[in-house]
Amino acid sequence: MLVFIFKRIIVLFLTMICLSFIVFTLVTIEPNLKKLALNQANMRMEEAAVQSWLEKHGYKRPLLVQYGEWLGNAVTGDFGYSTHFRKPVNEVIWPKVGHTGILMFWVLIITIPISLFIGVLSGMREGSKTDRTLSIFSIITTSVPQYVSGILFTIILSSWLGLFKGVAKAGNITFENFALPVLTIVVYDIGYIARMTRASMVEVMNAQYVRTARLKGMSFMSVVFKHALRNALIAPFTVIMLQFPWLLTGVVIVEKLFNYKGFGFLIVSASDQNDIDVTLACGVVAVVLVLTTQLISDIGYAFLNPRIRFS
Amino acid sequence: METINSIEIWQIFFMRLWPAWVALAITFSVAYRFKKNLGAIGHLFDNPVGLIGLFIVLFWIYAAIFADLIALFDPLEQSGLYRRKPPGTVNSSLGIPYIFGTDTLGRDLFSRMIYGSQIVLLIAPAASLVAYVVGITLGLPAGYIGGKFDTVLSFLANLVLAFPVILLFYLLVAPGIRETILPNIMAGVFFLFPIAFAVLIVYSRFSDRPNVLYPSLAVIFIIGAWLYLGLAFNSDPLGLVSIDPNELNIFAAVVFATSPGVFRLVRGLTMDIKTRDYVSAAMTRGEGRLFIMIWEILPNARGPLIVDSCLRIGYVTILLGTLGFFGLGMEPESPDWGSMINQTRSYIRLVPTIVLPPTLALASFVLGLNLLADGLREESVKD
Repeated sequence: MLVFIFKRIIVLFLTMICLSFIVFTLVTIEPNLKKLALNQANMRMEEAAVQSWLEKHGYKRPLLVQYGEWLGNAVTGDFGYSTHFRKPVNEVIWPKVGHTGILMFWVLIITIPISLFIGVLSGMREGSKTDRTLSIFSIITTSVPQYVSGILFTIILSSWLGLFKGVAKAGNITFENFALPVLTIVVYDIGYIARMTRASMVEVMNAQYVRTARLKGMSFMSVVFKHALRNALIAPFTVIMLQFPWLLTGVVIVEKLFNYKGFGFLIVSASDQNDIDVTLACGVVAVVLVLTTQLISDIGYAFLNPRIRFS
Repeated sequence: METINSIEIWQIFFMRLWPAWVALAITFSVAYRFKKNLGAIGHLFDNPVGLIGLFIVLFWIYAAIFADLIALFDPLEQSGLYRRKPPGTVNSSLGIPYIFGTDTLGRDLFSRMIYGSQIVLLIAPAASLVAYVVGITLGLPAGYIGGKFDTVLSFLANLVLAFPVILLFYLLVAPGIRETILPNIMAGVFFLFPIAFAVLIVYSRFSDRPNVLYPSLAVIFIIGAWLYLGLAFNSDPLGLVSIDPNELNIFAAVVFATSPGVFRLVRGLTMDIKTRDYVSAAMTRGEGRLFIMIWEILPNARGPLIVDSCLRIGYVTILLGTLGFFGLGMEPESPDWGSMINQTRSYIRLVPTIVLPPTLALASFVLGLNLLADGLREESVKD
């Protein structure tokens, strides 16, 4: 088990270095740097002046040297300086991550119980009326991306019924302005996690040991609770964790849609404003988050599944 | 200003779509007549959910094909007089109604929605197809041979999958990127795969019949090189095949984001199928690895692949919409659904219906694909 975790962590670091290098390369491409030079120094610079500005700020050195320098700073916690906010990146990014953390917290608190319940209920008796209805419900919710459902919810619940506010203000959360963003993400994710839970539940319910338990005369409900559930919930656990890249995309869309100035909003605005250090830091934070959840999911899976734990 | 009521709006809506209805009626009656010979599609007639999905998907396909007949206005034509009009406003100089209203530049939303389907229904399936070819070409050997090849490719696939998609798009679909040759390089790599795949198919089948092998390889190389030069590097010597740089950028980014998922799926299926008896039988017959992969394993993986391809086209449609929603890549005039959502969503307080045509179009198309996938899966499980 320890060897397994150790191996995973090695791969994780390797992946992190590769990904941060890719992000670094793509963010510091020539046109972006030129735009940066024009923005920072003087809009009407000549080509030669741009080149010398880049030379002076060290952007002309070989890519690997630049990357090494950036990585060295990033490891010690220094992500550079935001050219748009005119503050160190650390002061910009962490409060935003906090805002998004609150959003994610509420989303997960609501999504997980509901979707597991729906998934188990429909996977319990495959092909039943409940199963078909719930399956179609989850197909519909996964078909409607957040930028569609969010807008439709705004029109119906905010413009017509006047229940909630169509804009969510980070740092000043009330039920009125926070309900719509949470609802939008929740509806999409419920469908997905419920489908995964259902598939896993169906597989377990068709397994030999469940049939044996039924044949020896146990009641259906106690088979479900004592035998099936424990095994069926392992897969959704990994799915929820692996869903992180997707969840993050949904969060970016929703934050943009409702003007909630969190981490996702920062990614978008930093890329739009060519704020190189912030984009890089956001990319790295996102990648680290995703990889950490993957590691937790791998270890958790091995831990929850005795067949792997004891082998 | 002259308006028409909602009953008249829907009347005109159904009347204008007549080419789609006729085509749908013909398709369904022909398919029903021959349903026994159609395999999985024929079985769909016993599955109402899948049938509804097929109906929606075909509806959009025909809407895209007959867009010129269906649309009421030019999708790009602006009118200063009729800006952000509610549904049913009549353009009095032309006497034609804007049945779904107009956007903020006075363009007809109905016509834009119909023409938008052309863009979405071209790029989404095409990008999915290329992603599929890439995923299959790499996934088959990774699953069948395994070893170092598999380790490296799986690592690379996980690398891409660990990226939040949206971050990937912000990095890969940007005006700065289009000034570099990166999109062309990416497209150059991706478009090599279909040619390689076609060559491998022909070679593995006819390697012992040179009189068939060499002519077909020559045909593949000539057509492949022609399309390749035109699409990836915009340098078709005949000047017939070309693709807009914006679209190429989007295409390459979407393929890049989608193919690792296909790779993982194909790899998993291959690892499962290679333990079957018919693969051992082929090995005993003395067939080569290439033949077994392409002619034994791939055809037997088609069920899950077809179901997944429906889901994946839907997913790619959502990705394209996401790009449009963030204003990435597409030209600002473009009537694709994502861009339309982006252009109209600021005005929902003034005219709530303004955003409905593109949102409902996109959601219904993806829903159709997902229902179709569900129906196909149900029917394939039954067999």
